[in-house]
Amino acid sequence: MSVTVEVANLIKQFDGGHVRAIDDVNLAIEEGEYLVLLGPSGCGKTTLLRTIAGLEQPTSGEVLIAGSVVNGLPPRVRKVAMVFQSYALYPHKTVFGNIVFPLKPEKLAKDERESKARWAAELLGIDQLLDRKPRQLSGGERQRVALARALVRAPHVFLLDEPLSNLDAKLRASARDELKRFQQRVGTTTVYVTHDQAEAMGLGDRIAVMDKGKLRQLGHPVEIYDDPADTFVATFIGSPPMNLVERDGTLVGFRPEHLLPSAHVTGESVEVSFHVDRIEYLSGDRHVYGTVSGIGEDTRVIARLPATVTDAVTPGESHPFGVSVDKLRFFGVESGTRAEPIRMEAKHG
Amino acid sequence: MAEMVSDAPTRQTLAGARQRLADRDGFLAWIFLVPTVVYIVVLVAIPFFLAIAFAFSDVTAGNPSYDWVGFENFRRVFADPVFWQSLRNTFVFTVISMLLIVVFGKVLAMVLTADFKGKWIVRFLVLLPWTTPVALSSITWLWLLHSIYSPIDWVLRTVGLIDDNSYFLGRPALAMGSVIAVHVWRLVPLAAVIMMVGILSIPDDLIEASRIDGAGFWRRLFEVTIPLTFPLIAVAALFGAIFTFTDMAVVYILTAGGPTNSTQVLASWSFTRGIAGGDIGQGAVIALFLFPLLLAAAVLILRAVRKVETF
Repeated sequence: MSVTVEVANLIKQFDGGHVRAIDDVNLAIEEGEYLVLLGPSGCGKTTLLRTIAGLEQPTSGEVLIAGSVVNGLPPRVRKVAMVFQSYALYPHKTVFGNIVFPLKPEKLAKDERESKARWAAELLGIDQLLDRKPRQLSGGERQRVALARALVRAPHVFLLDEPLSNLDAKLRASARDELKRFQQRVGTTTVYVTHDQAEAMGLGDRIAVMDKGKLRQLGHPVEIYDDPADTFVATFIGSPPMNLVERDGTLVGFRPEHLLPSAHVTGESVEVSFHVDRIEYLSGDRHVYGTVSGIGEDTRVIARLPATVTDAVTPGESHPFGVSVDKLRFFGVESGTRAEPIRMEAKHG
Repeated sequence: MAEMVSDAPTRQTLAGARQRLADRDGFLAWIFLVPTVVYIVVLVAIPFFLAIAFAFSDVTAGNPSYDWVGFENFRRVFADPVFWQSLRNTFVFTVISMLLIVVFGKVLAMVLTADFKGKWIVRFLVLLPWTTPVALSSITWLWLLHSIYSPIDWVLRTVGLIDDNSYFLGRPALAMGSVIAVHVWRLVPLAAVIMMVGILSIPDDLIEASRIDGAGFWRRLFEVTIPLTFPLIAVAALFGAIFTFTDMAVVYILTAGGPTNSTQVLASWSFTRGIAGGDIGQGAVIALFLFPLLLAAAVLILRAVRKVETF
């Protein structure tokens, strides 16, 4: 079963009001949706998740699950399941004991409880580990036990707090894939917190980008990447981040992969001179560091040349580069938010 | 560059001096161990072996010459019904006090770990009984439980719960209860602090996970908190047991073993026989009976502590 989750005008203050961990956030999560809360550490994403879970009470505003206000209700009646960053497995219980634990408050016969726990364990492929203690498990196995424990009660909402951050890089990629397929199979509304944009891009149906307690942008991964709502989102998402060049009180932004040697830019484009300082080779791409002039003020930027672009680029020399006009994004210098496009001297190629 | 060159020799000699001192592990190990070894030999080992030696002798306060008498002291001690009563009392006091100490200590530990204003002052006040010297607090209790001037009696009388004084220390059952109460009052803070450490060492995540998993207060207590802190609860219980088992100050000051030996324990009876009565041989025999239980308790504590590390 999947339900909607909504937060309305949510504010959470800590330290007697000096810190606003969540600053007037409005967010509606659809049925069965996989929503990723993305932001740097301390941006309030985990606090928001914990407020939805009922582990924190909001200072003001409302949390709605399946359309009804759940403010003040304890976690257990909200029918949410949470996977913690540390997994928070009970170290003194076996894997089976951990998985069956959430079923105990429900009035179920013992064998029904056990068969449900076994079903959850089988679904995650850990049925051969049921007699082990958590400390005898690897990181990936622990994560699955935590998921099985979350799953067993058939919750309305899954809340995942950076569940992959304790895994090594290699395992993380496969665990990410597994998580996504698992959620698609059970179809439960999921809120996933991470500071890793690759996870967010890969997992989220939609991404909510947060900074300093505020919701900066909510949208599909492509939208967030291509049309960032402000300079924070523009520079937080993307690696390397979006280049920003100031011109007449406006910031002109473009992604590193859109700054290419002139010959590779088609359509209406802005011609620039790119003085190259340094080149890095990263998994087939060339990351070219240098100073760009001709868009606005001379600014240090990064260009990312895909492996298909083989033009010679020499450090210490200036090269003719270009950016397609439709790839340019404009932001206010003061506000940082999206601004009206300004006229650029364009060349039709 | 010139500076670096001139600096180099100074640095080298300084580093060399430090290393010479810190490097001599064998020497340092001895220096650090000596106080402990001296303490154990002088205050534990020598008295212990002396007690064993005295137990087989006819040494008295009046005649300290050592004559071997075999098991004569044991025979006489065993023939004395007061010894058996002391032994029984010791176990009764220890077991009941230990249970109460663990229960109240656990409750207190949970109160002290809860989040409320003025927590530090409450923590400070709660620890006072433990920091007060036993003799002083026992004298205070002697007054609180006094047969004529007891303020407790006065309050109960004024409220109308009793007509006559209770004679807390004058009736066998009440005297035993009073001794147990004072032991519990004295040792609960220690147990609470030990168990507090246990509660604080549980990661917040685990408690929150159990809330998400739908566990209420009692289930969380019995299925999460207590199992996770069990080793420390065991340590608190064993400390409570050892301190009650070996204590003579509370009994000696409150009742001196009375009325009619109803609160007599091994420690107080050993003192009465061996020091007050002058029969050092018998006093030593009685005191030796503390040894097996203390040994068992020490083994159990070490096991519990090892279990803490395996979680």
